[in-house]
Amino acid sequence: MIDKARRKLIARLGAAILFGLGSAPALDALLGRAVRASTPKGPGNGGIRRGMVINLAKCTEGCTKCLEACHTEHNVPAFDNPKDEIKWIWKDGYHNVFPGQAHALAPQSIQGRDIPTLCNHCENPPCVRVCPTKATFKRPDGIVAMDFHRCIGCRFCMAGCPYGSRSFNWRDPRPFIKTVNKHYPTREKGVVEKCSFCASRVDRGLGPACVEACVSGALVFGNLNDPSSEIRRVMADNLTMQRKPELGTNPSVYYIFQGGDV
Amino acid sequence: MHDKKIVLPGLALFLALATLPFWAPSGNAGTPPESVVKPGTESCVEPVEVMRARHMQLLNEWRDSAVRDLNREYVSSTGKKFNISLTNTCLDCHSNKSEFCDRCHDYAGARPRCWGCHITPEDHQ
Amino acid sequence: MFESVFSGSRNYWLWILFLLAVISAGVASYAHQFDYGLGATGMGRDISWGLYIAQFTFLVGVAASAVMLVLPYYLHDYKAFGKIVILGEWLAVASVSMCLLFVMADMGKPSRVLNILLHPTPGSILFWDVIVLNGYLVLNLIGGWVVLEAEKARVPPPGWIKPLIYLSIPWAVSIHTVTAFLYAGLPGRHLWLTAILAPRFLASAFAAGPSLLILLSFLLKRVAGFDAGREAISKLTTIVVYAGLVNFFFVGMEFFTAYYSGIPGHQHSLHYLFFGLDGKGALVPFMWISLVLGLGGVIALLFPGNRTNDRVLQLSCLALFISLWLDKGIGLVIGGFIPSPLEHVTEYQATGTEITITLGIFATGALILTLLFKMALAVKQRTN
Repeated sequence: MIDKARRKLIARLGAAILFGLGSAPALDALLGRAVRASTPKGPGNGGIRRGMVINLAKCTEGCTKCLEACHTEHNVPAFDNPKDEIKWIWKDGYHNVFPGQAHALAPQSIQGRDIPTLCNHCENPPCVRVCPTKATFKRPDGIVAMDFHRCIGCRFCMAGCPYGSRSFNWRDPRPFIKTVNKHYPTREKGVVEKCSFCASRVDRGLGPACVEACVSGALVFGNLNDPSSEIRRVMADNLTMQRKPELGTNPSVYYIFQGGDV
Repeated sequence: MHDKKIVLPGLALFLALATLPFWAPSGNAGTPPESVVKPGTESCVEPVEVMRARHMQLLNEWRDSAVRDLNREYVSSTGKKFNISLTNTCLDCHSNKSEFCDRCHDYAGARPRCWGCHITPEDHQ
Repeated sequence: MFESVFSGSRNYWLWILFLLAVISAGVASYAHQFDYGLGATGMGRDISWGLYIAQFTFLVGVAASAVMLVLPYYLHDYKAFGKIVILGEWLAVASVSMCLLFVMADMGKPSRVLNILLHPTPGSILFWDVIVLNGYLVLNLIGGWVVLEAEKARVPPPGWIKPLIYLSIPWAVSIHTVTAFLYAGLPGRHLWLTAILAPRFLASAFAAGPSLLILLSFLLKRVAGFDAGREAISKLTTIVVYAGLVNFFFVGMEFFTAYYSGIPGHQHSLHYLFFGLDGKGALVPFMWISLVLGLGGVIALLFPGNRTNDRVLQLSCLALFISLWLDKGIGLVIGGFIPSPLEHVTEYQATGTEITITLGIFATGALILTLLFKMALAVKQRTN
């Protein structure tokens, strides 16, 4: 696979040199795509790209069911010191989750409220790009996963993530896990962790723990590449927003602010 | 040779220290422990001899297969299928880590890092 | 050649003993950090790199600055650097060694660090940084050692060493460029996301490194009677002044882009560093001290009279070195994390453990430098 891709690239490189590197079409050929100033970011062609919609019109203010379900499922420790904190999914203010997009004239119901936030499972994840060991990698289904066995704890991914979605085990997490789920491993000190979109549950045909725990139906999980999926129907009926879209990461987590019919 | 008086005793001392584990009387190797398996279970994913010799490689393969290749199904040499999971497949039969894993690892001086993360039935109790 | 490090004055041994004591304290602190985890440092979820990576970044610059001696001497046959080019190379060796130690001290799982080579990932800048830093260490160690050995034997250095030395010139530029790319390619960290980060790194490195070399030359004159030569010091001073000027020019450009464009994200980190953000500004005094010392040092050295006055020259170099250390060894890395991606302002406070480990690594570098300088001086002072 890799060899084939490489051969293709070399062939393109050769072609580009032949036709003159300076010309725009040659550059397009080299990059394998045309770069346009205004391109709607869409799902990929075919295959699976897992994504999530967070419908704030349905999400209950003050409710923490999804947070608790996730952190119990994945043995996420609870530290008192915010410095040591580990979070997979948590809630933060409108102006914090959407800096640059948030403004003071938004409805009061949005201004003061907490918004769930988690790893965006970007289509173009900077964390994967910077990881020196491929300990964090993108699965074929779009999930940005962690291989805790391989992580060396350099924390380059934490500097790389523009969403603050990654946590590091600054100390031994085990004594700080409230209820232990014996079917899921814990982590050791010295590795990075984050939301996995419940990859191991998804592989067993289950949905993410947070989605399952949400009683108001504010969280929708599915295949962004399948036009007939529930998530796509929800997205077709409502205007959705991504976090920091200008960075080109193309998050797979979308937000609905004001509900239409969902 | 210059400084023969220092160099030769120095070399002798170095050799003595370097070979210390071979000649220092420090007990004997003892007899290898018997492995303990939950009674009533049939065979492991591969024959006992294979498991004894290369369970560590197999576990590494399982690890990469489950975590990185999204494949949680193992087909054994006899064609039987198993769910790839240390916690849920291996520990199901080998439910007593201290009796099954630790005794042999202690004997062999092996210190695998599995249990820093993977929870054993004993941890849970 | 190496045997010369085993004989020295009382003060030499006291100095070695002092360094060993500091190193021991560092090792003891590292044992605690290894046992407890990196939570023993001031780093946390929001500021996930701290003192270690900042020192690493600064020292890569000091290491790269050896090229400011190697290039004029070997490429332009500038004879005045003949006596001190080895000092530059040895400073590079000591600095890169410290860099590698700082990276190791910062690893969450140091035992797994070879995974970088076991699972090579050319897309990761850190992979390339490991390659170029180790390569630079080897190049300088071989280049310095072989030339010094030849000098001791009073024969010309072997021909095969020349290509390696020439290679070390672009290689020096590469180590600091690649180190800048660690930062400059990260989306959403505005302080670092700037095309002039690598040039700025090089400018500050070529000011800080030669400043340190000038100070070290004066020190060697006092403690070992080694005279680097008037002309060499004067040329180094010129390099320091120009590089210092370019550095502050670049700093000014960062301010212009951030504040004239008016884009909040571009201003936040700079604002935190120099004026404070959300009422928090622990680094504000340090940044202003850095600016005053740095500009003061460079401006003082613009006057020819000051450049030939040893006392003023030393003070100016010291001021500039401290300034650039504060800027790069503190402000740049920590400032880049403030505010956090969710725009919270968390401040950073290094712990005793962290500071002791840092001092231990500096002492290790000083020990390496002392031994290598001792060796070089033994050869130089015998052949002269």
